[in-house]
Amino acid sequence: MEDYKKQWNTPGDTSTLRKRKNLSENTPLSKDPGRWTQDDPGSSNGTLAECHGSDSNNPPATLLLLLVVASLSFSTRFHRLSEPSHVCWDETHFGKMGSYYINRSFFFDVHPPLGKMLIGLAGYLTGYDGTFPFVKPGDKYEDHNYVGMRGFCAVLGSFLPIFAYLIVLELSQSSTAALITAAVLIFDTGCITISQYILLDPILMFFILAAVLCMVKFNHLTQRSFSASWWFWLVMTGASLTGALGVKFVGLFVILLVGLNTISDLWRLLGDLSLSMVDIAKHLVARVVGLIILPLFLYVTIFAIHFVVLNKSGPGDGFFSSAFQSRLIGNNLHNASMPEYLAYGSTITVKNLRIAGGYLHSHWHLYPEGVGAKQQQVTAYLHKDYNNVWRVHKQDHNESQSGPPDLVRHGDIIRLEHKETTRNLHSHLHEAPLTKKHFQVTGYGMNGTGDLNDLWQLEVCGGKKGDLVKVLRSKVRFLHRATGCVLYSSGKTLPKWGWEQVEVTCSPYLKETPSSQWNIEDHINPKLPNISLSLLKPHFLEILLESHIVMIRGNSGLKPKDNEMNSKPWHWPINYQGLRFSGVNETEYRVYLLGNPVLWWMNLASLGLYLIMSAVASVALQRGFSLEPKRKEHAHVLLRGGGLLLLGWLLHYAPFYTMGRVLYYHHYFPAMLFSSMLTGITLDVLFRSADLLLRPPYSDWLQRAGLMGLLFTVLYSFYLFHPLSYGMTGPLAHEPGSSMAGLKWMDSWEF
Amino acid sequence: MVFLFSSFNFHSHKIRVAVMLHLPLMVTAQVDLVLVLVTVLSLWTRLCHLSYPNAVVFDEVYYGQFVSLYMKRVFFIDDSGPPLGHMILALGAYLGGFDGNFAWNRIGAEYPCSVSVWTLRFLPALCGALCVPLVYLLTLELKFSHLSALGAALLLLLENSLIVQSRFMLLESVLIFFVLLAFFSYLCFYNAPSSSWFRYGWLLLCGASCGAAIGVKYMGLFSYLLLLGVASLHTWNLIGDRTVSHLSVCVQCVCRFFCLLVLPVLLYVFWFYVHLSILSHSGPHDQLMSSAFQASLRGGLSRITQGQPLEVAYGSQVTLKSSASQPIPCWLHSHKANYPIRYENGRGSSHQQQVTCYPFKDVNNWWIVKDPDRQEMMVSSPPRPVRHGDVIQLVHGMTSRFLNSHDVAAPMSPHAQEVSGYINFNVSMAAQNLWRVDISNREVESDVWKTILSEVRLIHVNTSAVLKLSGVSLPDWGFRQLEIVAEKLFKANTGNLGWTVEEHRYGTSQEQKEREVELHSPSHIDVDRKISFWAKFLELQWKMLTVKQEDSEHKYSSSPLEWITMETNIAYWLHSSSNAQIHLIGNPVSWGVANFSLLAYQVLAVFYLLRRRRGFKDLPHGVWCKFVCLGCVCVGGWLVNFVPFLLMEKTLFLYHYLPALCYLYLLSPALLEHMHTHLLSSVTYQRALCVWASAVLLSVFLSYRTFCPLTYGNPELSANELRGLKWRDSWDILYRRR
Repeated sequence: MEDYKKQWNTPGDTSTLRKRKNLSENTPLSKDPGRWTQDDPGSSNGTLAECHGSDSNNPPATLLLLLVVASLSFSTRFHRLSEPSHVCWDETHFGKMGSYYINRSFFFDVHPPLGKMLIGLAGYLTGYDGTFPFVKPGDKYEDHNYVGMRGFCAVLGSFLPIFAYLIVLELSQSSTAALITAAVLIFDTGCITISQYILLDPILMFFILAAVLCMVKFNHLTQRSFSASWWFWLVMTGASLTGALGVKFVGLFVILLVGLNTISDLWRLLGDLSLSMVDIAKHLVARVVGLIILPLFLYVTIFAIHFVVLNKSGPGDGFFSSAFQSRLIGNNLHNASMPEYLAYGSTITVKNLRIAGGYLHSHWHLYPEGVGAKQQQVTAYLHKDYNNVWRVHKQDHNESQSGPPDLVRHGDIIRLEHKETTRNLHSHLHEAPLTKKHFQVTGYGMNGTGDLNDLWQLEVCGGKKGDLVKVLRSKVRFLHRATGCVLYSSGKTLPKWGWEQVEVTCSPYLKETPSSQWNIEDHINPKLPNISLSLLKPHFLEILLESHIVMIRGNSGLKPKDNEMNSKPWHWPINYQGLRFSGVNETEYRVYLLGNPVLWWMNLASLGLYLIMSAVASVALQRGFSLEPKRKEHAHVLLRGGGLLLLGWLLHYAPFYTMGRVLYYHHYFPAMLFSSMLTGITLDVLFRSADLLLRPPYSDWLQRAGLMGLLFTVLYSFYLFHPLSYGMTGPLAHEPGSSMAGLKWMDSWEF
Repeated sequence: MVFLFSSFNFHSHKIRVAVMLHLPLMVTAQVDLVLVLVTVLSLWTRLCHLSYPNAVVFDEVYYGQFVSLYMKRVFFIDDSGPPLGHMILALGAYLGGFDGNFAWNRIGAEYPCSVSVWTLRFLPALCGALCVPLVYLLTLELKFSHLSALGAALLLLLENSLIVQSRFMLLESVLIFFVLLAFFSYLCFYNAPSSSWFRYGWLLLCGASCGAAIGVKYMGLFSYLLLLGVASLHTWNLIGDRTVSHLSVCVQCVCRFFCLLVLPVLLYVFWFYVHLSILSHSGPHDQLMSSAFQASLRGGLSRITQGQPLEVAYGSQVTLKSSASQPIPCWLHSHKANYPIRYENGRGSSHQQQVTCYPFKDVNNWWIVKDPDRQEMMVSSPPRPVRHGDVIQLVHGMTSRFLNSHDVAAPMSPHAQEVSGYINFNVSMAAQNLWRVDISNREVESDVWKTILSEVRLIHVNTSAVLKLSGVSLPDWGFRQLEIVAEKLFKANTGNLGWTVEEHRYGTSQEQKEREVELHSPSHIDVDRKISFWAKFLELQWKMLTVKQEDSEHKYSSSPLEWITMETNIAYWLHSSSNAQIHLIGNPVSWGVANFSLLAYQVLAVFYLLRRRRGFKDLPHGVWCKFVCLGCVCVGGWLVNFVPFLLMEKTLFLYHYLPALCYLYLLSPALLEHMHTHLLSSVTYQRALCVWASAVLLSVFLSYRTFCPLTYGNPELSANELRGLKWRDSWDILYRRR
């Protein structure tokens, strides 16, 4: 037994120890370059200074390069910005939403509000008045001022190469690597196209890269903790994270990246035994404040502004609860007046109490063959519609014709008749269409004549026998008399035959959940006096939670349609298919979102190259081969800087494989940024390792030749493909007279 | 049986068989009686009264049909998993002499006496029973004491859900067995002294059991990946070990690579090889496969296609099958009925003859390939074969209408073009009936259009749209047949555009009347076409992964989060007249113990990790390694077998949780031992812990006893007793009202 134990222990033992030793060896090394470039150039390590070239530790040169990058970036993005002068692709959504902010009418979208708010603001500041309807792509702007909004997006888009340049410079301390990255991004047709229109993506990517840049800057200040610049970058990281998340939920991935980085940072600090627990606690608290509390606060502020600005009723009302709607000017619940207590003979709408639950709804369509009984569908519907209207009847038919109507009380047995189709709300012992444990709910009977299965017992939650039912305020349940089940909204979306509305069932499980509770929203009874009802205003946090759940539901509800071509994640890195932004025919002005294929394929190849190189490097380190300091330095740049970027790429790409929602080509762009930065680092290290092949003077030539070749490839491919972003007219690419003739390298490209 | 055990126990630590070469010849054997006892008990709990109930229980109805098909050697596709599991079940049936003649049509149907129920259920039950000693040995290999090993074995032994799942013709117990075997053999390999070559035997066994586990259910992949992770971590440490020579490191890495990566893959393919060699007859799922695949099966398509001419020529009479198998396989079809002038939604149509896709063999599926430049519709001699890029016309055999498409919206998919049989109404709608033949697999085959082998896209010459099955059914006016459209190439998904010629003969008649007679006559003659095993394997695998599962909810389906607290159960069987019933319900006490230990391990691990990072070494190094290894295997095993289900969008059941649960049962006693030896300093606490542990074990046993009637379906309980067993409101326990 003892022998075995030893066997088990020894290998693990030495290795863990060694690994830790390695780590502690590495940390000062990797910190070094950061320090000497910033503080005392060229002081310490001669070999390092040599291999890094003179360019990176020469501030004026760096600044000059940065200026070149910036000017190229801005000029490529602003070239022909106002063309085409019609609505392109998703501008129809985001331009419209910008207008909603200017008009202050409430709308609903699956993305958080910051991006659209900024677009609205940009439009407002540049003199757009919010009157253009943005009905469909291809509509001419005419004299509406749209260039301001496009320009705003283009400015943010122009920052991407600059940020990428700085990030790579910080990670690799090599301006060659940074320049490769910047060149790839500046001359990528996809990045140019996506930055030139009123879209959320340039804004999103701006914040993503800003967050990464601040994080990297922050990482390099470990030696000067709690200094002003340390705090500055920490706070800026947090703020950029808010920005990213505030534009699209894709921002969660960059939050994850920063989170993982912070955890590893804290872990390193914890292992540093020279720091006391108090110091570590300070570090922890600083990060919690900077990266959690501050962003959360800013995020909530964004929503607060959103709700304050949008105070008029608009197209998004029905998605939200009755209480929420009463805030909106122009909504029929705003300062509503209606009979206070539910009465027989009233016409009502019934809204489910689960968050973003719909109105009880029915329509002239039957359940299809094989889905329970072939009777009329009953669903929950999120929009306001005349088919949401029901009439309350007594169990028997003789209703008092004169005098004030009777009021409905807790425990009463009622019948609900659908006003439009005169069918009764009905349930029976058939399986519900989706939730098989529940029973089906249908519309049954004619002109209110049905059977015993149409009877429902109405109960006020927490009420006792004889209590009146308050409109809007009482939570009620509908118990089915015959089967004892309770009317329930499962929240699942019905297939096409149910018009993708929400399933309504009758649940035999009587547990009280919001899904089985309803409230009476509209209440019309001419025989009763209307009373002005001041609703309980919902708490801000409730609104926030509600809008998030609605957004998440909306996102997962975007299922691919059958006849729509949907893009698969594996299409993206190989640049399989782009997106048509504008124009189909020969006569139209065509813009096609497609990455510069040469650059994208180069990114893909260097991803593979990176994996091989880093595997070789890490095995060499683990095996303890004696390496020159220069090689060691390369290995660390690859493993640390490259590792961070690879993680970023993975986090922004891999999750799409698990998503059920409809996906588009442009979802890959954030990942593509990381991939391009990785390309910069990989190729740079590759070129620098040329002396593994050749002796010194020749290896330098090889390195230079490689760089020149690369630059030439980038420029020439941009020259070839630039009409994709700056617009094409004339014949399509498969005809010889086209400007893109011979460039349709893949059948799936559509230009 | 005795032999089985002695050989099985050979490698456990307590047993050393020492053979001395001195005289007198001595054989000393030590037998771990506890292990034997546990094994016997486990066999007893799993195997006794195995043939009760003598009726189809739950998913037996699903697996049973495949067993029958194996017995009849009829081809089928099961998208739920690879074939090894089904083959093991079929082996049991084969040994019992089952002839495949039993219709598995509903749960609860009585087996006739010709079916040997015992043998059908024997193999899964045996695997389930062997899991218990395996857990015992595994705990020992994790370097914990025999007492812990006994505890783990007892938890597994007294787990009602595992017993239920083992006792029927189901696959989870087989899966769990192979997974545990894989981990056990890997640890044996790892713990063996590095000088012995014998340990590579363990590694081979490990690779083989991984291959088997994946072959039984795709779920085995999760555990396999974990094992790979653990193995690569160990290999990484080996690489960093500078006392080992470079050569030795290389050799060891290659060995591990071969045993743990190559071997499982080879085995996985091998299962399919066996599967395909057994199933040589055509059957109900033929239609899902390509024509070439079908032709390789005996009976079915090969009977029809035998002796057809290979190359399609001008004048050929053909039926065209869509290579899209969604929603159902079908043939290009037309009939004497026109599109309605106006559809329900008010859109207009061309009112020309309908062209549809029809899922049954029919004389209206015949089309004639015609050369646009010539009049005749018979094959010239010698035949002029149609090649890639040629332009043809397709004439419907029975009605002589030309296949036509034009810029009119299709009936159900208005974004695509309508396809019709052309009728000239003199309304300035000229015929556009030229189609270009585009053979998409011409690299593999040849650029001549071949029967069955070539996959052809028909591209409309005027509009360069491609003939396509849209997948939507037409309403009543189209007899609920499937809609055919022509869609622009770049819009259409590339998946389902191909058409294959299935039936084919050279036409000999020029006159319409003669031709109708010819079309009605059966086709004939004889050739045998074979495709390679690899082609068949890849096609079958692709189909298995892409056939869409209905993700509708089942009455007993549940969501993963409900499994942890066992909010749900599954009714497996209810006696046709009495209250006797079998449920998949776990032992609630063990379930609680498992959850508690999972939580406790995580808390402890975080605590230790933080302390170690600050330089406090609470545990000696060896103990720490043991603790980490326990976590990697057990908590890791639970995570990889549980978390993926949270992301899955398919119908899930409680039994999907059982593999994850086994890992927790492995964890609990080991963790208890760890606390006992390393956390509790005073003897009093240690004693208290022992008392507490025995009390828990006792209550595990009691709750096992309590739920026994629901586990074995015997004895029958009264309605009141059943109500007493309903420990959770959400459990569905059935009572008959009398």
